[in-house]
Amino acid sequence: MTEEEKEKQFQQRIDAGEKIEPRDWMPEAYKQTLFRQISQHAHSEIIGMQPEGNWLLRAPSLRAKKILLAKIQDEAGHGLYLYSAAETFGIDRTEMIAMLHSGKAKYSSIFNYPTLTWADMGAIGWLVDGAAIVNQTMLAKCSYVLYSRAMIRICKEEGFHQRQGYEIIAKMMNGTTAQRNMAQDSLNRWWEPSLMMFGPHDSESTHSKDSMKWKIKVESNDTLRQRFIDRTVEQAHHIGLTIPDKNLKYNKTTMHWETSEINWDEFWSVVKGNGPCNYQRISHHIHYHNEGKWVRDCATAFEKSREKENSSISI
Amino acid sequence: MKNDNQFPQWEVFIQTKNGGPFEHQGSLHAADKKMALQNARDLYTRRNEGRSIWVVPTECIAATTADDAADFFDPANDKIYRTPNFYKMPQGTKNL
Ligand SMILES: [Fe+2]
Ligand SMILES: [Fe+2]
Repeated sequence: MTEEEKEKQFQQRIDAGEKIEPRDWMPEAYKQTLFRQISQHAHSEIIGMQPEGNWLLRAPSLRAKKILLAKIQDEAGHGLYLYSAAETFGIDRTEMIAMLHSGKAKYSSIFNYPTLTWADMGAIGWLVDGAAIVNQTMLAKCSYVLYSRAMIRICKEEGFHQRQGYEIIAKMMNGTTAQRNMAQDSLNRWWEPSLMMFGPHDSESTHSKDSMKWKIKVESNDTLRQRFIDRTVEQAHHIGLTIPDKNLKYNKTTMHWETSEINWDEFWSVVKGNGPCNYQRISHHIHYHNEGKWVRDCATAFEKSREKENSSISI
Repeated sequence: MKNDNQFPQWEVFIQTKNGGPFEHQGSLHAADKKMALQNARDLYTRRNEGRSIWVVPTECIAATTADDAADFFDPANDKIYRTPNFYKMPQGTKNL
């Protein structure tokens, strides 16, 4: 079969709703797109532990600390499921981590913003995980079976992430004036970055068309963003928060909330590395990755010595 | 970072209920069997999803692909007499 015929057959499988297994034939570009997307998704989960880790030792109660710890642990798990899926494209984890460290691989820009107050733990769970859930629920239908399986597992776990975040914010909105202000301030800072999580407009998105054709994603950035806006605006109003957008209005005909144009200059600037925490996030990762090297080396040396012992016994 | 060691890869199978099958969950990295089992527990059963775990080094798994499926499974194609509905029972036969 020629490359072209293979590609045609591949597209037919996709159109028929079949799932692609790691050992199946797939076009080079499909592989590359998926590898880029899955590895960046994995890096996002891992880097995303840092802004929340920042408040772990300052959680206001034992209950809050246990919850935050469990959530962060889940995010580590999400990162690992996704690294495993990305590895099926023949690039091992060492290389992926090197790409993260060199800046060749990106991660979600949302994690380049600082967590200034405890309310930010609420806003992250509610908004950032909320946006992630909208995106991941769509990705659970992805044509590449390992990505879709990882998404199904992740979506199940995300359920509590968003609820615990909203609970934190709702509790603060029931508190003192200072607490209410803190919650509002947090929403003011996280609102626009969380809308940016869905990526550029469909018209500006370079990879969108291919991704839709291959059913890597089955809904567009703007559709997903609108779904998130509609849900979130009502959740905000429900507990007395104000969405920080003067142009916010409900369109009775479309039955959607309309918002201002997003500040895309800021978005691209953070993607390019100029966000408030880009440098901090990567240097932190490099530092602890290198500090853990002796542990990995010891575990390998231990296994090697045991292998030797075992083989000498069996002789 | 070329010599950075991320450990060999393992595939994880989990039995969720007593008497049920072990189903593939995903993979992980670990230096040895014990670490593989512990990592599998931490990674795939944080919410009590399992009662028993198997881990198998990924390199030990052999698999077919969609491309050879047609030829590989061909021998079963023309043997419908392996299914009960192939056989005609006399009218009125019971419990068969
Ligand atoms: Fe996650
Ligand atoms: Fe999450």
